[in-house]
Amino acid sequence: MSARKPYVRPMAGWWRRDPFFVEYMVHEGTAFFVWLYALELLAGVLCLAQGKAAWDAYRAFVASVPLLILNAAIFAMMLYHGYTWFKIMPRTLPPMKVGGKRVAGATITALGLGGALVASVLLFGIVWMLTSGGAQ
Amino acid sequence: MSAAMAKVSVLRYRPEQDEVPVWQDYQVPYSDDMSVLTALNYIKDELDGTLSLRWSCRQAICGSCGMMIGGKPSLACKTFLRDYPEGIRVEALAHFPIERDLVVVMDGFMDKLQKVKPYIIPKEARSLDEGEYLQTPAEMDLYAQFAGCINCGLCYAACPQVGLNPDFIGPGAIALLHRYNLDSRDGGSAERMALINSEVGVFNCTAVGYCSEVCPKMVDPANAVNVGKMNSARDYFFRFMRPAGEKGECR
Ligand code: SF4
Ligand code: FES
Repeated sequence: MSARKPYVRPMAGWWRRDPFFVEYMVHEGTAFFVWLYALELLAGVLCLAQGKAAWDAYRAFVASVPLLILNAAIFAMMLYHGYTWFKIMPRTLPPMKVGGKRVAGATITALGLGGALVASVLLFGIVWMLTSGGAQ
Repeated sequence: MSAAMAKVSVLRYRPEQDEVPVWQDYQVPYSDDMSVLTALNYIKDELDGTLSLRWSCRQAICGSCGMMIGGKPSLACKTFLRDYPEGIRVEALAHFPIERDLVVVMDGFMDKLQKVKPYIIPKEARSLDEGEYLQTPAEMDLYAQFAGCINCGLCYAACPQVGLNPDFIGPGAIALLHRYNLDSRDGGSAERMALINSEVGVFNCTAVGYCSEVCPKMVDPANAVNVGKMNSARDYFFRFMRPAGEKGECR
């Protein structure tokens, strides 16, 4: 008779076991705020479809203090979400070589963050130009 | 000075007497250059011969001495008491069943290693007098990193998805699979694809990334898994463009 009796440790609460897992759960958790913002935008589109009164009410709603606070929180979470996204980017791409030398992970992360920053500034600029042009 | 002692707590599990694992504390004489493996062997030789552990090379090359040290998947021979002034807690590798004390059941892992067909499946058959398969240093460089794996299992202990779904092929075996796919002499990628695409394949990974963090050989198994996802997606979308009837394939 075999005396073997392998013991399987439970997985309940696994993410509390290691600070690395806690950080993982936090950065995955920021997706909740992305979802909140999507709801907010969706509400805007629905109000727009209902006519001027609803749209004006929506605009007043998003300009209210609680919504400004919420949006500031969403913005902070999105920044963190974006940062962690680019941080793991080198792990998700096939190795890249420039001039026969492997591009370092930190360089890929920096390029990604830089690219996201440039794209955001450009987008902001375009929207700003469109809206200030339309206001005349 | 000679009186300096260090505390080593070990999670013991003796199947014939323990229902669940229990912590046991030992005091070992401390020195700056003492590895956790040396401390455990001191315990086994001088204090308690019933302690079970695996080890062989003492130099981070055989991959036998993987365990949780201070909660982190580590090689006992590459981890030193001096970095744990508060004392050290040692436990069998997470996500593997405990066979006894620090010894885990490796059968599932061995099985996974075999499943990935970790050998060269030649692109075309060659006769002996055609000579050896040649490879340039640049071609070798493509897979060398993934060939550095010592099968220590630390990446499995770092992967919550392995813990939650023990059937997941897991980071180390996928790194090995990737190593052969990247080899210019190999023609087995299509054969290995079914496993990558399957329920136990790469899409179990949620990009936690801890596997690459704990790997003692800089293999970066997370990279192999995530490039595997890309290849799997490409395979899914473009398989319709390949001629039908390739062996082992359904459309
Ligand atoms: S990939 Fe690294 S951590 Fe995983 S088994 Fe191989 S050497 Fe160990
Ligand atoms: S004893 Fe060989 S890796 Fe530690």
